[in-house]
Amino acid sequence: MEITNYLGLAAILFAIGATTVLLRRNAIVVFMGVELMLNATNLAFVTFARIHGDVTGQVLAFFVMVVAAAEVVVGLAIIITIFRSRRSASVDDVNLLQS
Amino acid sequence: MTASGAEAALFWVLAPLMVLAALGLLFARKAVHAAVCVMFVMVGLAILYVAQEAPFLGVVQVVVYTGAVMMLFLFVLMLVGVDAADSLTETIKGQRWVGVLLGLGLAVVLLGVIAQASFPPAVGLAEANAVTNPVALARVLLGDYVLAMEVVGVLLVTAALAGLVLTHRRRLSVRPTQRVLAAARVAGIEQGRTLTPLPAPGVYAQNNAMDTPALGPDGAPLPHSVPRVLRIRGQERSATAVLAEEETLVPRDDLRLIGVGPAPGTAVEQAGDPVATGTAGATPSGGTDGTDEDGEVR
Repeated sequence: MEITNYLGLAAILFAIGATTVLLRRNAIVVFMGVELMLNATNLAFVTFARIHGDVTGQVLAFFVMVVAAAEVVVGLAIIITIFRSRRSASVDDVNLLQS
Repeated sequence: MTASGAEAALFWVLAPLMVLAALGLLFARKAVHAAVCVMFVMVGLAILYVAQEAPFLGVVQVVVYTGAVMMLFLFVLMLVGVDAADSLTETIKGQRWVGVLLGLGLAVVLLGVIAQASFPPAVGLAEANAVTNPVALARVLLGDYVLAMEVVGVLLVTAALAGLVLTHRRRLSVRPTQRVLAAARVAGIEQGRTLTPLPAPGVYAQNNAMDTPALGPDGAPLPHSVPRVLRIRGQERSATAVLAEEETLVPRDDLRLIGVGPAPGTAVEQAGDPVATGTAGATPSGGTDGTDEDGEVR
């Protein structure tokens, strides 16, 4: 098995995450799609670190994880705030700025 | 460099399952099912990290993603309401097909690039991990990327503050103290409210359920001993129906044959106690005790 198969898996997971973001309406599920995309890039980082024999890729994956954790905190807080005022977690209902 | 046979087996078992779970995120109707699918993908990724000579990242993946991030997701799901159904009406015309097309296109482009690119022969991390993987990571993290690490620390503090500020709710009215609550309770007596706890539901010889009211000292059923929800739903049973049901009981023959139950007629001596008639808790236990064949009860 070639090591590049891991990259193929990462690409498929990334595409599924992107499709989730495009298709689903529930804001929480959309957010989970974003998380899936971040995880797929992490897998690519780890695989490239192995290909090049350099742990810098793993360090970058570590940074992605930290930033994703911070992003989750803020994003979920925003979802809760919207849910409190509109009683809905659907991304379609947030259209106050629409003319 | 090609992976070893064991690693190939691990990959080919795990990768299809992970893709299936990721598709579950895309197709699951309920958000909780999607969250469980994502958790499976994340644990699978952790296993793949360990297989790819990144044990530290594998552990961090389990701790941070499945342990913290997905738990946070589940908490918010519970807060928002688990059964908040996803609407299936299209607000933008043809959005579904365009989305599917874009997703497939992205997959094809990415896979095509990976298939076309020529990678250098893989080195492997055996040399870089000679000082163990966490030490090698720490040397890069605290050497080349020390400024980025500090900035990330600031980012985490900011995010925690943002979470606090965004979910903070200002109290609109004065917080009631215990004294105020006590005064309100006493003032409510005139409207028929009680100071004491409400009476418990009735316990009868054949019936011990929340839906049957207890009997007061005067023998009248107390409706407020039944939970309010059951009363509003109309699922309350009347005490007289329960008592009438018990009156129709006849002693079971088989019990009498083996000498466990009372012989007919002996129950009459236990009957006639006027105190036991009205009170709910004082009825004798065991259905055959209080009845005889004449239907004369207690």
